[in-house]
Amino acid sequence: MKRLVILGAGTAGTMVANKLRRRLPMDEWQFTVVDRDDIHLYQPGLLFIPFGTYRPDEVRKPRRRFLGAGIRLELGEIDRIDPARQTVALDDGRVISYDYLIVATGTSPRPDQTPGMLGPEWRKSIFDFYSYDGSVALAGALRDFRGGRLVVHIVDQPIKCPVAPLEFTFLAESYFRQRGMRDQVELVYATPLSGAFTKPIASAQLGGMLDERKITVEPDFLVEHIDSERKVLVSYDEREIGFDLLVTVPLNMGADFIARSGLGDELNYVPVDKHTFQSKEHPAIFAIGDANDIPTSKAGSVAHFSTEIFVDNFCDHIEGRPMTRAFDGHANCFVESGDGKALLIDFNYDTEPLPGEFPIAKLGPLSLLTENSRNHWGKLAFRWIYWHLLLPGRRLPLPARMSMAGKHQPDKEN
Amino acid sequence: MPVVTVGPATVHVDAEGFLTQYDEWNEELARQLAARIGIELTDEHWKAISFLRADYPTHGETATLRRVSTLAGIPIKQLFVLFPGKPAKKMAYVAGLPKPRGCV
Repeated sequence: MKRLVILGAGTAGTMVANKLRRRLPMDEWQFTVVDRDDIHLYQPGLLFIPFGTYRPDEVRKPRRRFLGAGIRLELGEIDRIDPARQTVALDDGRVISYDYLIVATGTSPRPDQTPGMLGPEWRKSIFDFYSYDGSVALAGALRDFRGGRLVVHIVDQPIKCPVAPLEFTFLAESYFRQRGMRDQVELVYATPLSGAFTKPIASAQLGGMLDERKITVEPDFLVEHIDSERKVLVSYDEREIGFDLLVTVPLNMGADFIARSGLGDELNYVPVDKHTFQSKEHPAIFAIGDANDIPTSKAGSVAHFSTEIFVDNFCDHIEGRPMTRAFDGHANCFVESGDGKALLIDFNYDTEPLPGEFPIAKLGPLSLLTENSRNHWGKLAFRWIYWHLLLPGRRLPLPARMSMAGKHQPDKEN
Repeated sequence: MPVVTVGPATVHVDAEGFLTQYDEWNEELARQLAARIGIELTDEHWKAISFLRADYPTHGETATLRRVSTLAGIPIKQLFVLFPGKPAKKMAYVAGLPKPRGCV
């Protein structure tokens, strides 16, 4: 028996386990998936919990339910990988041997990395929404907010779902307006980037939407520490932003066991070939989803598209054939803009998000970089697709590689 | 790609003035580029720039502030003192590397 070990049963790990299980003979392969707990979190849903759109119980289900028959789930904290011995040691002393290892432990918000964040104001006036507990706590804080300055803040890039802080800002603006208290809330968006988003055309569009909503952008703001007594964010170049309520996106980092194993970069991401996800140092190790260092968004859509390429390549690799498929960095995200509307963006390593239309077989096109309610309903429908089609590894009518069909390339002279 | 003259050298740059050819860079050019943005290079500046130059060919991307801070041992706060305002962009500019992509 050959032993395939997958670390992490999140979006990428679950999809890959289920897809490979269908492709590899079960009498020749033993599948083991390791995770610290048996709760699969629908992470895109965390954005909606603070506004009461989703109930907390709608975003959590047992991981085991989504792993196909014959896949063994081991629960435990990972201590380290030993690439020379090809073993994974767990905290409780268990040791799991592998012939091939797939690291899919994602990226996590780390409030401990910014001095002052985890002080006495944590979850009183300082919140995050990328964790289940944070998102649920923030729902209460928004409900009780009586006005003042709300600062939405990103510590540093890269973060998972890089549009989510913008979406949160748009949704908060709409939420306060609907509660009839928008004029009592000052909204500030503090980002380490020079604008609303990284890519120029989308940044201009999203920046314009912030302007229209009278949301102040504080660009190039890299926080050094939070003075929780004065309720102030302080940057490395000594700028200060005061807040009554802070919604921050803490520094995102890969798992600590990756650093302990000597496999990570400065943020604990595994350096890999950006087309095949094979570790640059250890040919028996692959890192997929948010756990690797490929230069595109850390997002579920990337995990999804890259998985399709990865599974084909992996099947070639174990047979001793060259890996011929190359991931192009394809990402695709709905961006909630408030009032029941959303935008859609679609891009890859080489092509930034462009306006136009995004064709989908049978359902018809969705419009790109334009707000409408159809995109919003698409985003809400995605939760069903996630649980029932995506995690089980079924094929969706979306191409893994980005297509230029329907996209308009604005005149470069302008 | 536009071609510009920096001091005695002629180099290829992108629309924002970042060098596009790794091998067209040299230390004299770095001093000229730094002067254009009002920086006189000290040993501390050189430590950061040397790290960026050495890291780029293997890493394939321009190092972020956090990478410089962790791997070259220069605190981020100090990078803001050395290259005021936008240290990541200014370091890349002087080191003749692509503008950091700021990730996506």
